[in-house]
Amino acid sequence: MKKIYYVIGGLLAVILVYMGCNQAGSNANGALASSAAEKVYVAPGEQDEYYAFLSGGYSGNLTVYGLPSGRMFKEIPVFSQFPTSGYGYSEETKPMLNTSHGFIPWDDLHHPDISQTNGELDGRWVFVNGNNTPRIARVSLETFETEEIIEIPNSAGNHSSAFITENTEYVIAGTRFAVPVPQRDMPISEYKGNFKGALSFISVDPESGRLDLKFQVMMPGFNYDLSHPGRGKSHGWHFFSTYNTEEANSLMEVNSSQNDKDFIAAINWKKIEEYVNNGGGEKMATNYAHNVYSHETHMGTSTMKKEVLTVDPTEVPDAVFFLPTPKSPHGCDVDPSGEYIIGSGKLSADLTVHSFTKMLEAIEAKKFDGEAYGIPILKFEDVMTGQVKSGGLGPLHTEFDDKGNAYTTFFISSEVVKWALGSWEVIDRKPTFYSVGHLMIPGGNSRKPFGKYVVAMNKITKDRYLPTGPELEHSAQIYDISGEKMELIYDFPTHGEPHYAAGCPAELLAPKSKKIYRLDENKHPYGINSPADARVERNGKEVHVYMGTIRSHFTPDNIEGIKVGDKVYFHITNHEQDFDVPHGFAILGQNTSELLIMPGQTKTSVWEPKQVGVWPFYCTDFCSALHQEMQGYVRVSPANSNIELSWSLGE
Amino acid sequence: MKRASVLMIVGSALLLGLFFFPLWNIELGAPQYPEPLGLNIHINGLQGQNEFDIQNIDGLNHYIGMKTLPKPEDMWEFTVFPIVVGGMAAIGILIGLLGYLGKLSYMWFLGWFIVMTILGILGMYDFNAWMVDYGTNLDPNAIMKLQNPDGTPMSYKPPLLGHKKMLNFDAYSYPHMGGYLMFIGMCFTLLAAWLGCNGMRRKTKPIAKKQLATR
Repeated sequence: MKKIYYVIGGLLAVILVYMGCNQAGSNANGALASSAAEKVYVAPGEQDEYYAFLSGGYSGNLTVYGLPSGRMFKEIPVFSQFPTSGYGYSEETKPMLNTSHGFIPWDDLHHPDISQTNGELDGRWVFVNGNNTPRIARVSLETFETEEIIEIPNSAGNHSSAFITENTEYVIAGTRFAVPVPQRDMPISEYKGNFKGALSFISVDPESGRLDLKFQVMMPGFNYDLSHPGRGKSHGWHFFSTYNTEEANSLMEVNSSQNDKDFIAAINWKKIEEYVNNGGGEKMATNYAHNVYSHETHMGTSTMKKEVLTVDPTEVPDAVFFLPTPKSPHGCDVDPSGEYIIGSGKLSADLTVHSFTKMLEAIEAKKFDGEAYGIPILKFEDVMTGQVKSGGLGPLHTEFDDKGNAYTTFFISSEVVKWALGSWEVIDRKPTFYSVGHLMIPGGNSRKPFGKYVVAMNKITKDRYLPTGPELEHSAQIYDISGEKMELIYDFPTHGEPHYAAGCPAELLAPKSKKIYRLDENKHPYGINSPADARVERNGKEVHVYMGTIRSHFTPDNIEGIKVGDKVYFHITNHEQDFDVPHGFAILGQNTSELLIMPGQTKTSVWEPKQVGVWPFYCTDFCSALHQEMQGYVRVSPANSNIELSWSLGE
Repeated sequence: MKRASVLMIVGSALLLGLFFFPLWNIELGAPQYPEPLGLNIHINGLQGQNEFDIQNIDGLNHYIGMKTLPKPEDMWEFTVFPIVVGGMAAIGILIGLLGYLGKLSYMWFLGWFIVMTILGILGMYDFNAWMVDYGTNLDPNAIMKLQNPDGTPMSYKPPLLGHKKMLNFDAYSYPHMGGYLMFIGMCFTLLAAWLGCNGMRRKTKPIAKKQLATR
């Protein structure tokens, strides 16, 4: 009997201990979950700590989010037509999408980078690249609107872009695809040795931000994948990762993965700038568009440029070097001190860290390991200072915190790995959901990172959200990185395909964000300062309607004397000077999008009526209690009618 | 008692603050206006608290049929008030100076204070009368014609002092810097009159001083 008591007693003890453990376990989970919720919870009426600018990838646009809430604030149209606001549809913004290939309604927007002064974020502009038809755009961080787009000639697949130097001297745009320069009709199989890789240096006017393609370095025909500027001690250099140093032109996934090492190209742009300023380089005839938007005329203008200055890198002594880097590197990232250049061999498990100091020493000692097309190759052992044995697979991109740590994404093993600069030891790793591409720490690509959160942008979503058919939005994760270990605190869907992001503290931008455009600064040639100036003018078959909007009516709201075959320009001025009171405009049968007009702004929509009738127009933005009444009519008569042009309001 | 005269001069001079700062301020907050619209009332005209507030208040008021806010030339008050305030300040300073030189009785201080108080009350009365007209004399074709529960038309008169809820708006009406300076200045002049009169009594009846001390 005693035995049975022992057994029962023992069982009870086991059960009690088990229950105890279980309880403790669930408590710990509960506490953790609630603290994660607290970390991302931005209460109603409260605002986020950081702005995050996530590229839209194939949406062609840039999205603005808040951190840590993951709430999306705005989609800024850049390279794609955007019917929401009329960008790319209105007469004023059509020129913004002009290129040497004509009007292009779309692009693939990849890499945003915020302007810097002394290597720190200054929050004036964010620069982005269009990948497909190579372009660089500048977005104002006062208006959060695209102000300038410059096309990049001799480039194709504008991917190692749009990264800025530490005083925003240049926006740098490198070609991903090598192409014939100048473009010509030639057999594809003659790629090797004949195609070129153009790296473009676009100067930025420190006052206006105005872009100017200053020079292009004509590199060998490799693929220039990503790039980052030197900073601090390495300021004046720029580093590009390359793949396809094999110069294959078909079945690239195999043929351009043959070399054990590709290169990181180190470009001393200060030297090349000096060379160019002293009359170096060769002018080449070309054709590219430069589109500028003015917030005074509320209008974009497109100018075709006909010439570009090209530089043969072998002509500039000690300006360009190759650093052997294993396994088709993707990310090419520079730490906040400017000493370490980190290559992420995307087909390997390890990261390669080059030392800027060692690179300079090797150059000084002329320790070269041959050359490629006249460009000296440094010895791997001479420049490499460390390898991160990560245990992961497929490293892509590294950003940095302010405590000497680096965070690298691993696409294949789907994780973020935290490691220490200097010791190269892995500190922590956390899974991502799923297959992370790039990550972002606000200021993580500057001398002064804000190491509180890291956002991982994933390529595969699968089951993270409620399913929406075969096509899903991409997914991002936010990790708290303020402690030793990273903590996954939030999941949020992102719009388009974010390839890369830039972030900055909210207080850098929020106080200067524009609320209205001033009517007394409106210099639009068809704008009207007051509804009293509203009128309709005919010039042959062209009719110009100078229309005013204020809560809650259009002036005029009745127009007669329009004929079939006319081309009617509605120039709408929003006369509000109150924050967040836009008016919209749409008319039945418009072969274009609506307009959304901000206070003080003028926008133009063209309407070509094809049918006789009385056609209504209305305000598309719920502007006021009488929004529904904000409407009007246009009478369209037959082409041969002789009804006089007339307009009115309230008669 | 030079102190009383100095107080009289400073007190009267503080009225001149009305030429630099608003007399009164009315703020209108609403769910749609987390940052309230505001009206600064200066003696020579109305100004928006933010640049476009007047235009925006007028824009909203057209729904309920209120007249647009007056421009300086629309109201005689904006011409007369500066003359009255400037004149009273000048007279006050003059009286103070003459008191300082011993050429005037301190009873003049009190006299000035009484005149200024009467003028102030008249000013407030006039201001209130304008607000009554502004808030009740509405366009019969207004977009929104609202009535009180008893069937009388709703009034949109802002409060003279304090808070009032009007439709979606919370109106707050309080003196502003110029008004406070005037109030402090007038207190100074009253104090000057009291000090002056006290001092005179002491001069003429030295016993009074002892009496005061023993009290």
